[in-house]
Amino acid sequence: MSDRTRELRTYAVGYGLSLVLTVAAFAMVRWPSFGARAIFGGVLALGLVQMAVQFRCFLHISMKRSSRHDLQLILFSALIIALMVSGTLVILFNLRGRMMG
Amino acid sequence: MSEPELAHAGLNLGDTGALTQDQAENAIFGFWIFLMSDAVIFALLFATYGTMIASTVGGPTPASEFKLLPAFVETLLLLTSSATFGRATIAMKYDEPRRVLFGWLGATLGLGLVFLAFEANDFATMFAHGAYPMRSGFLSSFFALVGLHGLHVAVACFWLVVMVGQVCAYGLDARVRINLLRLGLFWHLLDIVWIAIFSVVYLQGNIG
Repeated sequence: MSDRTRELRTYAVGYGLSLVLTVAAFAMVRWPSFGARAIFGGVLALGLVQMAVQFRCFLHISMKRSSRHDLQLILFSALIIALMVSGTLVILFNLRGRMMG
Repeated sequence: MSEPELAHAGLNLGDTGALTQDQAENAIFGFWIFLMSDAVIFALLFATYGTMIASTVGGPTPASEFKLLPAFVETLLLLTSSATFGRATIAMKYDEPRRVLFGWLGATLGLGLVFLAFEANDFATMFAHGAYPMRSGFLSSFFALVGLHGLHVAVACFWLVVMVGQVCAYGLDARVRINLLRLGLFWHLLDIVWIAIFSVVYLQGNIG
C-alpha cells in the first residue's frame, strides 16, 4: 500500500469516526433516555474521544517517537489546562456558594 | 506495514524532496507552540463559561437560546471542512494537478464561509431576543468564547485566500508548502475546539 493510499485512508477513517461520534452525542441529547447528569457525562466522554480521534487522524499525533516531542507538548499543555481550569472552577463555584447560597 | 517516523504534527511531506526534514521540523514546531497557547486561551474561556452558566440575571438562559439543529449543521460543516483541508494537503504533497488542489481548498473555504454565515445567523437571532453580550455574565462569557472561535475561523478563511494567492504567485516552493501545512494545523485545531464548544455549550444547554 502506497503512502498516499494510507494517508487518504487515515483522513477517511478520522472523518467517519468523527461523524459517528458527533451524531451519537447529538442523538443522546435529542432523544434523552438517561438522567441529565448521565447524558452530560456521555456527551463529554464522546467529545473527548472525538478530540483524540482528530488529534490522531487529522493532526497525525501518535505515540511513535517524534524528534520534536509534539506529544509531550500536548500533554504539558493539557496539564497546564487541567490545573488552570480545575482551579478556576473550584474557586469560582466555592465563591458562588458562599455569596449566593 | 511500518509507518515512517513523524517529524512534526500534521501531514508529513516525508521523502517527497520538497523540503528537508530539518526545515519542516523547525517551521512546524514553532507554529505548534502557538497553537497550544491558543488552546490554553480557549480552555480558560471554557472555564469562565462553566462558572457563568447560571448567571443569567433573569434574562435569556442556555435552554431558551440554543437550538440543536443549527448547532448540528455547523458541526457537520466544520468537520467536513477539516477533512477537505486534509485532502488538499495530500494533493499538495503528491503534486496533484493544480486544479485538484484549488478544488479542495475552494471546498474548504466554501464550507468555512457557510459555517460563518450560520453562526452569524445564530447571533442575529439571539440579539433579536435581547440576548446580547452586556445582558448577563452568561451571555458575556458565551460571546467571548464562541465569538473568539468564529473570529479564528474568519481569520483562517482569509488566510486560505492568501495561500491560494501565494500558490498562484510563487508556485509550490518550500515556503508555500510550509505555510499550507501550518494553515492545515490551524484549521484542524479549530475543529477540535468546536467539538468542545458543541459539547459544553450547545449540547449542555439542551440537556434536561
